[in-house]
Amino acid sequence: MSKVIMTVDDSASIRQMVSFTLRDAGYEVVEAVDGKDALSKVDNQPLNMVLTDLNMPNLDGIGLIRALRAHAACKFIPIVMLTTESQAERKQEGKAAGATGWIVKPFKPEQLIAVVKKVLG
Amino acid sequence: MTDIHREAFREEARELLAELETALLDLEKMPSDAEIISQVFRVMHTIKGSGAMFGFENVAAFTHNMETVYDRIRNGKMAVSKSIIDLTLAASDEIQKMIDAEDQEMPDDNAAASRIARSFRDMLAGPDAPPAEDTRLSAAPEPGLPTADAPELTYRISFCPDPDIFISGTNPVLLLNELRSMGTCRILANTDSIPFLDDIDPETCYTAWDIILTTDQDRNAIRDVFIFVEDQCRLSIDVIDDSTTEDAFQDYKKLGEILIDRGDLDTKKLKHALNSQKLDGQKRIGSVLADASLVSPDRLQAALDEQQHVREMRQKRHVAEASASIRVPAEKLDAMVNMVGELVTVQSRLNQIAAQLNDLSLIQVAEEVERLTAGLRENTMSIRMLPIGATFSRFQRLVRDLSIDLGKDIVLHTDGAETEMDKTVIEKLNDPLVHIIRNSIDHGIEKPEVRKAAGKPEQGTVLLSAQHSGANVFIQVSDDGAGLDAEIIRAKAVQKCLIAPEAVLSEKEIFSLIFAPGFSLAKEVTNVSGRGVGMDVVKKGIENLQGGIEIISRKGMGTSIILKLPLTMAIIDGLLVKIGDIHYIMPLAAIEECIELTREDLARAHGKHIANIRGEIVPYILLRELFSQEGRVPDIQQIVTARIDGSRIGLVVDQVVGQHQTVIKSMSRIYRDIEYISGATILGDGSVALILDLPKLIRHSEIMEKSKNRSAFAGMDSVSQAPALTEAG
Repeated sequence: MSKVIMTVDDSASIRQMVSFTLRDAGYEVVEAVDGKDALSKVDNQPLNMVLTDLNMPNLDGIGLIRALRAHAACKFIPIVMLTTESQAERKQEGKAAGATGWIVKPFKPEQLIAVVKKVLG
Repeated sequence: MTDIHREAFREEARELLAELETALLDLEKMPSDAEIISQVFRVMHTIKGSGAMFGFENVAAFTHNMETVYDRIRNGKMAVSKSIIDLTLAASDEIQKMIDAEDQEMPDDNAAASRIARSFRDMLAGPDAPPAEDTRLSAAPEPGLPTADAPELTYRISFCPDPDIFISGTNPVLLLNELRSMGTCRILANTDSIPFLDDIDPETCYTAWDIILTTDQDRNAIRDVFIFVEDQCRLSIDVIDDSTTEDAFQDYKKLGEILIDRGDLDTKKLKHALNSQKLDGQKRIGSVLADASLVSPDRLQAALDEQQHVREMRQKRHVAEASASIRVPAEKLDAMVNMVGELVTVQSRLNQIAAQLNDLSLIQVAEEVERLTAGLRENTMSIRMLPIGATFSRFQRLVRDLSIDLGKDIVLHTDGAETEMDKTVIEKLNDPLVHIIRNSIDHGIEKPEVRKAAGKPEQGTVLLSAQHSGANVFIQVSDDGAGLDAEIIRAKAVQKCLIAPEAVLSEKEIFSLIFAPGFSLAKEVTNVSGRGVGMDVVKKGIENLQGGIEIISRKGMGTSIILKLPLTMAIIDGLLVKIGDIHYIMPLAAIEECIELTREDLARAHGKHIANIRGEIVPYILLRELFSQEGRVPDIQQIVTARIDGSRIGLVVDQVVGQHQTVIKSMSRIYRDIEYISGATILGDGSVALILDLPKLIRHSEIMEKSKNRSAFAGMDSVSQAPALTEAG
């Protein structure tokens, strides 16, 4: 069974690109538009990994990571955040909240796949 | 990036910009509303991030400073002002334009956009400069590509994750797998800190790992594997073995040393253990350490693994090195060259028979064999080829030592060290080159003070270069010294009775006088050169190699000595000629042209052996006469002209058969006194053709001539007799 990855981003184009790339690589993708939306979808199916943006309305990436780590089903799954290069502190913050790794925007599809493979196996 | 993604971004950006406009207008009314401020920031952030993703770099660059300004406002470091809002609104319009523009080049020179960008930049310029950006551009570590010839290194990696590593969703096994994919890897888990079952917390990581990895990737590539966990583990990466280790057989460190290296043992304890090992006799150091509980079994195993791994790697490297090239005794190679030579001979016979029988299928086979033979010949020859570089590098030392002896400052440059030549040629080239270089250093290059006075750099240069040209290799020894003085050489030659005082010689001919035996220009004999043995030896050496030598010199500028050598000596291109019914081979390298010599021409010359070839007077030798060949002289003979020692000379034969791939066979010792025959070859029909050594043949002819007409040519000697003959004629 293919692994399920949730992509959380308020930018539709990023979501589209991420989904497209991951589906192409044989993963199943669940989309969420922000942290709140993501949390509401967590229980719909078991997730193998979460890819989240940091700046989002309603519930931002850091908040989402904290919430996911508190959630039994997501306690140990890899969570990768999408950051921009100017967000060094946010990266630290995200790591402290429990993120597994990060991808710096802008990134190429191959880089995305490389990171997913790295943390998901 | 595919167009559908770009289109999706355009769509989204339009919505975002509309949202931005609304938010900005709201912000104008409520300048301190945190919610609106962060909304504005978010929009900027998304436009910037997504813009860069989908190829709108100009948008990303333009938005960057705006985003930073709003980040400050959000953090309370700046206040919202009307001017900021006005600017942002204007900027939003510009972004819209950029996104709509199909052609991404256009907005670069947009005056409005750059003015806005500058304004935002100015806002940031102040004591509170924007925070330094994380310079790590790509966090997605690109799989380090192995660089072409990166040496393989063996690393000792110790990876000890924090106990709470699982909480961050990290699976250490994946990291280990990633390492495994980088090269040859040996991983040993260190389970020392795993508690008893009752105390185990399943969400805690108790294991550490020792990894020995041999890879051609560098330390950074290994660090990149651990990029996400850098601050959640103890990580050490050490190089313990590199492929440059000279001796592959050299054993790796002893177990005790490894343990100390790893910090698992201290020297004192090791000494203690070694002492008890002595008492105990047979026990190995490992078991002594384990028994004494100085080192845990795990640690011991890790060290043993490391030792084993490095040993294996060295072994493997050694095997790889060994199989990359095979050492073969030279005789085997010579035997093979001989056999290929025979094959070439047989093949030419086959061709001949096929042509005679005119059987199409036989001709076809013969052609096939010819092609294969040519390939085999080339291949076999190339096996014997070695780069000349090894010889070159030997001269560095020679130049250094000699120049110090003579109090000169001379540097040797080499060029074309990779040029390949037949092994035997290279070996025989060594002595002539030593002579030439000695000469350059001793006579050519002046002392530093002289050079300085002449306006030349004090350091003299000798250039040794080699280069391929067709079937020949040219080796050139040039110096930037004083050059040869034609007048002095001439005077010296007259004094030594090498030439007649009234002889008219070209500069080239004068220079070639220095190859005469006993000729020396040195005013005093040094221990380096000047005894007059040297250049004639050089010339002989080169001629033995079927090569030629030439001097180019300009007074005050320097001298170049150019050696022209055949690539190989086993098979040469020859010109097959016939005198009577006997075949001879002349090395093609020296041959210039063939022209007819009719009976009338001979009659017109009044018994003098001189031909007029396009206005040039060329003396010739009647080989028929020289070899005392009986029989009728054909009406039309052929003059084969060759350039020997810089002058042209003709050799008259009955018939020129054509070019011939000549496999050189050495002749029996009985014939070794016949100097002008350098060997023999077997022709397609099985008959033997003698190979003529042209320079020696001409010298021989001169001696014969001289003994015949001693009175007529008194005072003439050796080298440049040919032009002298012209004079006399």
